[in-house]
Amino acid sequence: MRNAFGQPQSVLVLGGTSEIALSVVERLVAARTQTVVLAGRNPSGLDLAAQELRDKGAQSVETLVFDADEPSNAQGVIDQAFEKAGGSIDLVLIAVGQLGDQDLLDNDPDGAAALFTTNLTWPVAAMTALRSKLITQGSGHVAVIASIAGVRVRRANFTYGATKAGLDAFTQGYSDSLKPYGVKVQIIRPGFVRTKMTEGMADAPFSTDVGPAADTIVKGLSSPASVIWSPPLLQGVALVMRSLPGVLWRKMPS
Amino acid sequence: MSNHQELLTGWGNTAPSLADVVRPRNEEEVTTDLQNAPGSLIARGLGRSYGDAAQCAGGTVLSNRGLWNLTPIDPLTGLVTVGAGVSLDELVSISIPAGWFIPVTPGTRQVTIGGAIAADIHGKNHHVDGSFMNHVRSIRLATPTGTLTITPESEPELFWATAGAMGLTGVVIDATVQMIPIETSYISVDTERFPNLDATMAAMASGDDDYRYSVAWVDCMTAGASMGRGVITRGDHAPKSMLEGKQTRHPLSPPASTKLAVPFTPPSGLLNRLSIKAFNEAWFRKSPKKRDGEIQSLGTFFHPLDGVDWWNRLHGHRGFLQYQFVVSDAHGDVVTKAIELLSSQKVPSFLAVLKRFGPHNPGPLSFPMKGWTLALDIPIGPPQLAGVLDQLDLMVGEAGGRLYLAKDSRLSPQQFRAMYPQLGEFERIRKTIDPQGLLASDLSRRLGIS
Repeated sequence: MRNAFGQPQSVLVLGGTSEIALSVVERLVAARTQTVVLAGRNPSGLDLAAQELRDKGAQSVETLVFDADEPSNAQGVIDQAFEKAGGSIDLVLIAVGQLGDQDLLDNDPDGAAALFTTNLTWPVAAMTALRSKLITQGSGHVAVIASIAGVRVRRANFTYGATKAGLDAFTQGYSDSLKPYGVKVQIIRPGFVRTKMTEGMADAPFSTDVGPAADTIVKGLSSPASVIWSPPLLQGVALVMRSLPGVLWRKMPS
Repeated sequence: MSNHQELLTGWGNTAPSLADVVRPRNEEEVTTDLQNAPGSLIARGLGRSYGDAAQCAGGTVLSNRGLWNLTPIDPLTGLVTVGAGVSLDELVSISIPAGWFIPVTPGTRQVTIGGAIAADIHGKNHHVDGSFMNHVRSIRLATPTGTLTITPESEPELFWATAGAMGLTGVVIDATVQMIPIETSYISVDTERFPNLDATMAAMASGDDDYRYSVAWVDCMTAGASMGRGVITRGDHAPKSMLEGKQTRHPLSPPASTKLAVPFTPPSGLLNRLSIKAFNEAWFRKSPKKRDGEIQSLGTFFHPLDGVDWWNRLHGHRGFLQYQFVVSDAHGDVVTKAIELLSSQKVPSFLAVLKRFGPHNPGPLSFPMKGWTLALDIPIGPPQLAGVLDQLDLMVGEAGGRLYLAKDSRLSPQQFRAMYPQLGEFERIRKTIDPQGLLASDLSRRLGIS
């Protein structure tokens, strides 16, 4: 159960090798989390992460292998995850996603479509499968990692940005639909976080490391905010980004 | 969402969960509800538990408010048999004019008889009279394996296991309670102000036994030499001879009904460090340095907050929590350390309530035990709060103390187990009447009570 601070006892991570997500879960384990299910694509990466969480004190850590390129498996993944968690899950952290290389994607219709499947279609299918579970359970919390890149898409990563914009928009309505059932839904909008996903890329403005990003997110999960910005400063930055005329926006360094 | 589903929270307005709410009107309907519940079930009274004790996410919550039979009080013995859904407010409104008062009353009258048993509530007289269950003579209890009448003589194990078990041994249908005789509905009150915590505690330790009722309000937000300055109010039921003027015409008048209400929930943060500090300061200053023999009504003395309906809304949408612990007399220093910790970590807390308890009753989950109890009222919001309270849990647990489940909304299962060493015994007794574990609440799941 979640306690008065919203600290969960059981957590499911979809995208279970995401560095940001794992760093968040580590902090949750240090508080109240005992049961973790890590679901992702890479079995050895999942096993490694699971062992680390056990070492940090988690009582039960299970892994679940799936591929987000096939949305028809989403219902099965959710069903299995609940089974592995022992029937109920307090927090579902959705961290499925790839960045893609915009230069390649520019001329790769299949690749662009595949990125949409992984980053948007599969999470949407999973969240839809999740909905009835959480309603039956009578409580719960879903946190979806979107991105600042979805707030206003840029030339440099617009395919990725568009997938996150879609996920962000879906989550807003999803949140409203679950409010009457006592299920809390939050959107996480991180800026540039130095992880393996962004390895080799030049730092964007307002870059952070995984640790501070996770601190901000954990604090946000306990708050009533509908959107968690990481770093919090991005909330103001986004306001400016949204209101810049296109002429100026396109001149921004990328 | 079907129309009998409700999103419920405790009085602290935290951690809401959705459940089917059923409202049985008699024993038969309770039995049917227990049999028909598709999942878990827990009883709920007026929802004054601060945390998640009367919630059952995805299950059934049984409102006991329809269990409302109230027979006249036996004028010779003072025994009364009351439906579980009758509130203390409703009970005293008929008992006071007849010259009887409830044996134990917490800081509010908005508690049902079922809730009073489930929390084994205590009041300002614990050091003399013990807790509520010490005055209950028998209970009609509906369990998943049948309905039975339990008394301390016939079913001592189940009777005492029910004390403070937050509904996990069954649904109370009604109970027979020993009322106490009163000559008037007034209390003769002595009030005294003390400059710091040591002085407050010393005065309580030496003087409490001269009074039936005693409590201290302590300021947790003043640091330095005045840390823990307090106001002790102590009293006894006033005999008729002490009344004057208008009071003599109606010596037995029931408490007036509520006049004020908080109509909506203001934004969180209204009650913050500054406003709470100012409130504590004003309150301390308005208290007399020393005043003896003041005649106060029962309502003023026992239930100051009942004057304002929905006062919990003042804490805003994020809600608040109560942290109440007890430690033995030998570990009275934990009280000092707790106040020091809150003050050094800048956690805002309303006037804390400090009180001395008498001996523990046989209930394995009953909260009160001989020693000091401190209750803190803290708004949710400061990011350091969760960690500070975890630290406090450790201090209390290591000192052999424990937290009050009727207030708890965030304790960990590990600390809970350490604090209630008789939990194993409780779980064994519970298994005999609920082998399937049908009775469960958000609290029992959170704390891992099986």
